[in-house]
Amino acid sequence: MTDFIAAVTLVPGQAQGQTFVLSEPLSFWGGLDSATGRIIDRWHTQKDEVLSGRILVMKAGRGSSSGSSVLAEAIRRGTGPAGIVLMTRDAIVTVGAMVAAELYGVSCPVVLASEFNWQLVSDSWGLALDAKTSEAMLQVLAAVL
Amino acid sequence: MALQLSLFDGELLAGIHGEAAAFCMRLLTRFAEAVEAESFIDIEAAHIDGCLYLGQVSLDFVEHLVRLKGRVRVPTTLNVGSVDLIHPELFHGDKEIGANGARLMKAHEELGCMPTFTCAPYQTMFRPRFGAQIAWAESNAIVFANSVIGARTNRYGDFIDLCCALTGRAPYYGLHMPENRRAQVLVEIESLPEEWSDAGPACVAVGHTIGKRCGSLIPAITGLPVHTREDDLKALGAVAASSGAVALFHAVGLTPEAPTVEAAFQGRQPIETIRLTTDDLRRTVRGLSTVPDGTPLVGVSFGTPHFSLEEFVRLMPLVEGPKPVIDIYINTHRGVLEELGRRGWDRTLEAHGVTLVIDTCTYVTAIMRDMSGAIMTNSGKMAYYAPGNIGVDIAFGSLADCIASARAGKVVRL
Repeated sequence: MTDFIAAVTLVPGQAQGQTFVLSEPLSFWGGLDSATGRIIDRWHTQKDEVLSGRILVMKAGRGSSSGSSVLAEAIRRGTGPAGIVLMTRDAIVTVGAMVAAELYGVSCPVVLASEFNWQLVSDSWGLALDAKTSEAMLQVLAAVL
Repeated sequence: MALQLSLFDGELLAGIHGEAAAFCMRLLTRFAEAVEAESFIDIEAAHIDGCLYLGQVSLDFVEHLVRLKGRVRVPTTLNVGSVDLIHPELFHGDKEIGANGARLMKAHEELGCMPTFTCAPYQTMFRPRFGAQIAWAESNAIVFANSVIGARTNRYGDFIDLCCALTGRAPYYGLHMPENRRAQVLVEIESLPEEWSDAGPACVAVGHTIGKRCGSLIPAITGLPVHTREDDLKALGAVAASSGAVALFHAVGLTPEAPTVEAAFQGRQPIETIRLTTDDLRRTVRGLSTVPDGTPLVGVSFGTPHFSLEEFVRLMPLVEGPKPVIDIYINTHRGVLEELGRRGWDRTLEAHGVTLVIDTCTYVTAIMRDMSGAIMTNSGKMAYYAPGNIGVDIAFGSLADCIASARAGKVVRL
């Protein structure tokens, strides 16, 4: 069975990959190494994990607006996530992904999903994002494709 | 409700006012949707935090706007950069960062930004008026503009500040709206330690506490000393915006939107009341130092945020006397440097072992010659960031304590 979830587009694009659920909000500034895509915040429970190429699922953003630069820099270097699913709107994440798309033509779609779908999204093995200008669709992917 | 665009916003998006403005408006529209703003407003001024080099993307973004022939549409000031363009020899960090940092500062000037290179644009001729709608970046400048001046800005930053400057527009949400500026938390200072004749440490202690306890809520503070100066409120806001995300505070009887407690709360009740005792304040100030009294020092740093002319007026009588045995660094901006020159104070300060740092700041870049030991400062913001940013130990004290310690070569208290 395939699950489709409707979402809101914050930054358009298409992406798919293995799900990476942030267990708690992460400030990209001081929390993400843009050279490696590794979490470096020493207080974060997922320190040392790498989010490159993954579909990043996060309940909320956090921290300094310099996080936009760090996210854009990671996307530019190809170490950033493939796409991002938010549960609450976040300007820092949106701006970072938007700048990377505008400057480098590298798309890292950002979508806003309903908290109602949290379980389904966070339990998924993988996700495919199709974020069109008007609306977005999330598809839950099973481990065996 | 969906985002409503004005005729002018539509023209910006359509490229009628240039490709750079169209690029910026596209980004602003996404940003406005992310913060759920319903419209844009005109702004009178912008302050840009993008001239500190954070990586290739910092430079690519600005160079892109330069290529598209972008120009700012409102008076726009610049925050500190990575190098002191007046005294380039002071920089001894990575060569590539130095070169890219200098280019980044120049590229902003090519967009029509004013080369103020200061984190205290409110101390320049570009100080906004009460009630002005502005788009400012840099946490201490934001909290000062909102609180001490009564201008209106949200916490803008990375890319978006420049987009506002190139379009003259900002999304209408948050602190641009009068109803969102009312106080939420009441902070009552029960009494002040009697040994603090200077309002400086009290303001730093209160600022540090509200940052930790209020997060991004808006506090109204009662009980600050009646002789609290603008520079003390500057220090209060700067540390509150470091230990927390404070963008606006009210100091009852001192700041323009808080003539009374009722006015600060716009007639509503506080959601929480925090009471601070002399012990709380003393403990907070002690906690800012990472080394005990008597520890040898390698330097003293003032001016984070940038030292005002008024602060130099207070400092001058203190530096008369025996020469310090360690380096004293004072960060300030070009406008103040000019005035120091007119008064001949720059030469007096140099003769007393003071290094003036312009355009940048001692805790964001490689300036201080010796960082092998502890640094003393009267800045709560420096005390908060320096241990993590540049890996030094910090002793916090009043202006007079810092000068006395510079002569002793170790931490002493008057």
